[in-house]
Amino acid sequence: MSTTEAVVQTHLDEHGDHGHEQSFLRKYIFSTDHKTIAKQFLFMSLFFLLVGGILATMMRWQLGFPSQPMPGAGGFPDTMAPGGIILPEFYNSLVTMHGTIMIFFAIMPLLVGLFGNLLIPLQIGAPDMAFPRLNMASFWLAVPAGLLMLASFFVEGGAAGAGWTSYAPLSASGEWTGVYLGQQLWLLSLTILGFSSLAGAVNYITTVISLRAPGMTWFRLPLTTWALFITAILVLLAIPILTGALIMLLFDQTIGTGFFRPEVGGEPILWQHLFWFFGHPEVYILILPAMGITSDVLANRARKPIFGYHAMVLAIISIGFLGWIVWGHHMFQSGMNPLLGTSFMISTMAIAVPSAIKTFNWLGTLHRGDIHFDTPMLHALAFVSMFIIGGLSGIFMANTPVDIYIHDTYFIVAHIHYVLFGGSLFAIFAGITFWFPKMFGRMMHEGVGKVHFFLTFILYNLVFFPMHNLGLEGMMRRIYDPNEYEYLQPLQPLNTFISVAVFCLITVQVLFAGNFIWSIFRGRKAGSNPWKSNTLEWSVPSPPPHGNFDGMPTVYRGPYEYSHPDAADDHWPQHLPPPRGGASEPHPAPAPSLAPEGVAP
Amino acid sequence: MEHLSWLLPESFSTFGQEIDRLYYVILWITGIVFVLTEGLLVLFLFRYRHREGGKAEHSHGNTTLEMLWTAGTAVLVLGLAVASTSVWHHVKRNVPEGALEVIVTAKQFEWTVTYPGADGLVGTDDDFNQRNTLNAPTARPILIHLRSEDVIHSFFIPEMRVKQDALPGRSIRVWFEATEPGEYVIGCAELCGLGHYRMQGRLTVHATDAYQDWLEGAMAEAAQ
Amino acid sequence: MSIASATERLPMPGMKVYNLKLGMWVFLLSEIMFFTGLIGSYIILRFAHPEHFAEPGVVLNVPLTAFNTFVLICSSVTMVKAFAAVEQGDQKGLRRWLLATIVLGTFFVGVQAVEYSVLWSEGFVPIAEQYHAVGRGAAHAGEAATAAVLGGPLYGATFYAMTGFHGAHVSIGVLCLIFVYLRARKGAYSAGSVGGVEIMGLYWHFVDLVWIILFTIVYLI
Repeated sequence: MSTTEAVVQTHLDEHGDHGHEQSFLRKYIFSTDHKTIAKQFLFMSLFFLLVGGILATMMRWQLGFPSQPMPGAGGFPDTMAPGGIILPEFYNSLVTMHGTIMIFFAIMPLLVGLFGNLLIPLQIGAPDMAFPRLNMASFWLAVPAGLLMLASFFVEGGAAGAGWTSYAPLSASGEWTGVYLGQQLWLLSLTILGFSSLAGAVNYITTVISLRAPGMTWFRLPLTTWALFITAILVLLAIPILTGALIMLLFDQTIGTGFFRPEVGGEPILWQHLFWFFGHPEVYILILPAMGITSDVLANRARKPIFGYHAMVLAIISIGFLGWIVWGHHMFQSGMNPLLGTSFMISTMAIAVPSAIKTFNWLGTLHRGDIHFDTPMLHALAFVSMFIIGGLSGIFMANTPVDIYIHDTYFIVAHIHYVLFGGSLFAIFAGITFWFPKMFGRMMHEGVGKVHFFLTFILYNLVFFPMHNLGLEGMMRRIYDPNEYEYLQPLQPLNTFISVAVFCLITVQVLFAGNFIWSIFRGRKAGSNPWKSNTLEWSVPSPPPHGNFDGMPTVYRGPYEYSHPDAADDHWPQHLPPPRGGASEPHPAPAPSLAPEGVAP
Repeated sequence: MEHLSWLLPESFSTFGQEIDRLYYVILWITGIVFVLTEGLLVLFLFRYRHREGGKAEHSHGNTTLEMLWTAGTAVLVLGLAVASTSVWHHVKRNVPEGALEVIVTAKQFEWTVTYPGADGLVGTDDDFNQRNTLNAPTARPILIHLRSEDVIHSFFIPEMRVKQDALPGRSIRVWFEATEPGEYVIGCAELCGLGHYRMQGRLTVHATDAYQDWLEGAMAEAAQ
Repeated sequence: MSIASATERLPMPGMKVYNLKLGMWVFLLSEIMFFTGLIGSYIILRFAHPEHFAEPGVVLNVPLTAFNTFVLICSSVTMVKAFAAVEQGDQKGLRRWLLATIVLGTFFVGVQAVEYSVLWSEGFVPIAEQYHAVGRGAAHAGEAATAAVLGGPLYGATFYAMTGFHGAHVSIGVLCLIFVYLRARKGAYSAGSVGGVEIMGLYWHFVDLVWIILFTIVYLI
């Protein structure tokens, strides 16, 4: 017996009209359908991705062409950029808001909000999330959080300018930055967003545990769902720590408590501990789903089972565990006890092991494959190759003595972008192009997609690879004008080069935006399974109807049975019963046995 | 683009070379891993690209290989960690005896250096201050009591391979021993407000005799 | 249409309760982390600055709060009674015990409010620059201006943060209890449908448990 009916029942309770004739408002705005909510997260995050990109452009303008007016930007208020010349305080806001918006409002909602919502119910064979209305609330909390964040640009004093990490006491009092309300809105916005993330996490975890279709055992879950499940656990446990810290900092800012204000006895370093205790799991929240997506796309496009499925799952789980004991590696130079530095270095080095396992397994998956270079595959391959660079550059910083020199320099800016852009964002592009047909029923344009990929890949490397070198030359992060330092002046041509590359990189994203919008309306019709994939989401029409599955799917095998010698085709979908008399397939495992235990007598 | 080098700028402190050596060891290791993995990736992409009628091998993996690269990575990175601990402790914990002591106080957006007066001790009445200029001799370690008056700053002397956050409410010990006389830059590496980018100081390293001359001159100046 | 075909199969009774309970447990895990963060911060601040924290009972009113703790524990007992009642299909008992829980919960928050106002008048405030706690009774004796300040600003800030967040949890719990009570009056729960009462109970016991920990470390140690 399955556990999925319950949610169907829930649905019936909620939609007295059996869900056929929903009003526009219920269907598109306040929808409880996980696929609609996924699309809402998609559109919201793409908007914020654009905003974050524009902020980066302005930042890079200042670094590439210091204190020259931005072209066509004379209309900026005098508190930001009089005559188009960016002020130092506005530059700090740009740095802060670029990081905050990209991490919290673009990458995280894309990976968790979009792919979590879209894929978890579909890949496990459930008609929807366990708590559809809570799911709706999750999105509608994210929207006001985003609006508050944007609004902070326009209040007196401007947006927060203490960095995305908001180190106290710089962030604890407007006295030090001149930003009062902006910083408070920043704190408030992230607090609200935290509730949104929690609502999502509770939903994802409950759904994966209790709504899997019959036969969908834990070790038949696609790796994307595995990664999203572990990510949800990280969100669930990490976000409350941040929320507590944010509220304490908000109290310091508004009513004058002294948690992080040293002048009244508070501990600034406590903020760092709380922030990074959340912040390091957050890093894995931003990379685990990307790893899952990459695994699914690589196996599919190489037409080969994923290499070492169990090792991949164990790697995800161990990254989830180790992620909790490495936060101190952000604080080697913070004044934390150097003995702790040593133990954090060792735990951090240990986390390189599961990351390496994943990389080698991806290579193993490609070995003797039948590799199709479609756009999603290109992006997934970019993820692998860029993640290698980001992972290797991490070893430099994990090494405490070497970190003394490169900490807080452009080396770390390069590193984080190799992981979050080269890693997460390429995986997001892979995921969007791969599941676009499932979301919209049409394919994205392949030619434009390829051009977009190659230009993005090349320009991306032109932008971020030289940042390693800037860091090695000793250029600090978050400085408004490196020319203040004589030894950094020779770096100006390189800085200008990077800026020009950034402008091109942002511009070529028009190709993606255009392709995306055009394909929604004009793309080639996709059919239910354009990639000849095995997982359950491809067994239903594109886009899937309300309730997803026509009846209850039964799962007979793992998600990566590509090129199986006994299968007629080069793929063998999870839901197809084994041929009669075929002894090669075991009977489907019983439904999750957890289900009936919780039932009250 | 002459600044695309992966070499570190020259260092001028005693432990600078130890840090640089670790950096180059890691650069070699990661460089080799980089070439191998990316090379393998490109090779596989070329070798196993889709051909008409081609079929992938059906294989779920290889446990021996899995064990091998897990153990290999673990030994490599943990070995690296253990090998680096002594340098870390040398730099951050083991302050040498007989160091020259000064206080550096950071505030938005300058460094105030407090030197000991005639008694050779900091924290006494005859101390004197200099703004944004740190003077040090060669061949004698200098111990800095790093403080901050307002927010967190980070005391960064790239050429000495020194970096330490200055925490308000705390005094943190930082030391180095310069090997070459010369002029070096002190920067702030932690965002500290709108003037963060211009929070710049200067380190002047004197030869041992010249340092004594400078000190006497500075004390006389301060006494006036 | 899938919904229609899905209903042709037999829904498993009680699954919704199972999901709700699982969801509540998952949610409570995140609550545990939230209070862990707060308590952890308290411990770090207290170890770093012991001079900010006064002797137990000098500033805070331990007997009053001990009584209040007893009240909250009683409310957990009434909550258990409410659940036992609904399991046996005793509608009247359910309503009566829910009401008792609401009254006890409200009483707890009320006592906390009174305690806050007294402490505030004695100079025990969260605002760092205005902190001048003089201890119990001193303000009334007119010695406020001359008495020595007990503890420091971190004492006030951590006290109000920890008890305040807990108080907010109790208040939200009372609101939810009222909601459950109103539904109970409409007969929404029965022996076969106890989900709402059960997850309400889970939350309420959790809040109770947190208070026992907070009372111990904030008031007694």
